[in-house]
Amino acid sequence: MADLTRIGAADLAALVAAGEASAVEVTQAHLDRVDAVDDSVHAFLHVDHEGALAAAGAVDAKRSSGERLGPLAGVPLALKDVLTQRGVPTTCGSRILDGWRPPYDSTVVSRLRAAGVVILGKTNMDEFAMGSSTEHSAFGPTRNPWDLDRAPGGSGGGSAAAVAAHFAPLAIGTDTGGSIRQPAALTGTVGVKPTYGGVSRYGLVACASSLDQAGPCARSVLDAALLHEVIAGHDPMDATSIDAPVPPVVAAARAGDVRDLRVGVVRELSGEGYHSGVEQRFREAVSLLEQLGAQVQEVSCPHFPYALAAYYLILPGEVSSNLARFDAMRYGLRIDDDGTTSAEEVMARTRAAGFGPEVKRRVILGTYALSSGYYDAYYGQAQKVRTLISRDFTAAFEQVDVLVSPTAPTTAFRLGERVDDPMAMYLNDVCTIPANLAGNAAMSLPCGLSPDDGLPVGLQVMAPALADDRLYRVSAALEAAYVDAWGNPLTEEVPQL
Amino acid sequence: MAITRAEVAHLARLSRLALDDDELDHLAGQLDQILGAVARVGEVAAADIPPTSHALPLTNVMRPDENRPCLDPAEALAAAPAAEGQRFRVPRILDEEA
Repeated sequence: MADLTRIGAADLAALVAAGEASAVEVTQAHLDRVDAVDDSVHAFLHVDHEGALAAAGAVDAKRSSGERLGPLAGVPLALKDVLTQRGVPTTCGSRILDGWRPPYDSTVVSRLRAAGVVILGKTNMDEFAMGSSTEHSAFGPTRNPWDLDRAPGGSGGGSAAAVAAHFAPLAIGTDTGGSIRQPAALTGTVGVKPTYGGVSRYGLVACASSLDQAGPCARSVLDAALLHEVIAGHDPMDATSIDAPVPPVVAAARAGDVRDLRVGVVRELSGEGYHSGVEQRFREAVSLLEQLGAQVQEVSCPHFPYALAAYYLILPGEVSSNLARFDAMRYGLRIDDDGTTSAEEVMARTRAAGFGPEVKRRVILGTYALSSGYYDAYYGQAQKVRTLISRDFTAAFEQVDVLVSPTAPTTAFRLGERVDDPMAMYLNDVCTIPANLAGNAAMSLPCGLSPDDGLPVGLQVMAPALADDRLYRVSAALEAAYVDAWGNPLTEEVPQL
Repeated sequence: MAITRAEVAHLARLSRLALDDDELDHLAGQLDQILGAVARVGEVAAADIPPTSHALPLTNVMRPDENRPCLDPAEALAAAPAAEGQRFRVPRILDEEA
């Protein structure tokens, strides 16, 4: 049999359903690959051999008893370590949660289990999802499978690297300002941020609650759509979950047609700071859309240049509040509790020891932005800019059906290059942040290797809230054209590890 | 300069972060740089624009108040740094100023 780790999710599920491979064989093949080469990538923080094989065994038992299997039953998946899975270590990339085993499943995990998806383990991430390189993990960086000296992006670098390195055909990421899409771009994979509220946040450890959204990572558009359909949908456990049908993402991914679709190129997401190789591949993708029958026009979103500034006030504000829960009292790290030190001092010392530098920066920045005296000029003004960015989207979507831009201004950068230069790191997210602020759906699709450095470039597609299916329609059409031109999906070009 | 080292020390105390001198020095410079960049939001004329705190227009989502299964005390306390009986044991909280 062919190497099972080279096969995508839809095809693996078909093999399992047809009895041509067992879910245990599929799972074991992926675990073996992780065990053999993840030392060099460090995509995983924890590999759950026993749990994964037990879940795979349950799928095989179900099949032998004649039960119908779902479209992803028996398919291995890598789970970002920010989602709770009962009894399995969940660290969020932080020392403060080292050793914590949550007592409950997140809704995403419950739905994956119900669908027979096999969770291989937990993937590395920037601490509490704050970062764009996975270097802010307390447990060491993840390396980009395309070039082990480079970052895979972040915060979900572990999930993206796991998919690119063929450790799993599927992964779950979370996207607060680009943490699914930017790593997808830097690793040549597909990553989707669903409409805010499309996927339940129950059991997703909060970074910035008004922006956080979980979504699929995969090597193909159809695989991402199949995973999207499994995890999306209303959940009473999350009060911000949208009570509406899941957009028809799988049908859109199967259709993949852009004829007469109106596509807007965002004028403001180009120019200074963008690598020429990124812009070249982006322009070629836009030409390809035209060749495929789309009507392309330039669209202006005049407030997008202020999105990064607004985001780095709103996000730290929410972070400073959300991370107050790590108080050394009920779970997680506690230090210096010697019977004489006060609770307040134990809390302050524990948080100083348990949080890394990026988390500390953002907690303090947020505390500042929310202080009386500064609130109106910073946080309050940022919230108004957020309104204007939403209005830019609304106006743009009156003219076009989807918007496109590069996903990130550059290709993968070297490890260490930006880790202590916060503003340089933040600029990675300049294209992805507007969709988080407005809450609409967005996706990154590989559009080739940069002629400058041979590293992957991502195309971002953005759609209105609850029109997630349009992302898949556009991306599937482009992907089919690329595979025709290249002969293979881009991830076939990832170096052997 | 948008933010001084003394202000950073005050914010760290409000944030319950016991930072050492090196961290405070390093952070003060970086926060000053970040604040200089994010202050750009002030360039936007937005006096009459309502603020957005959340992308969804949701208010007061209700559900029936029904008994549901929940964690038992042992599960709830399993990850506690210290527990006593069916309670979380915390460090001294009285006489904080003593």
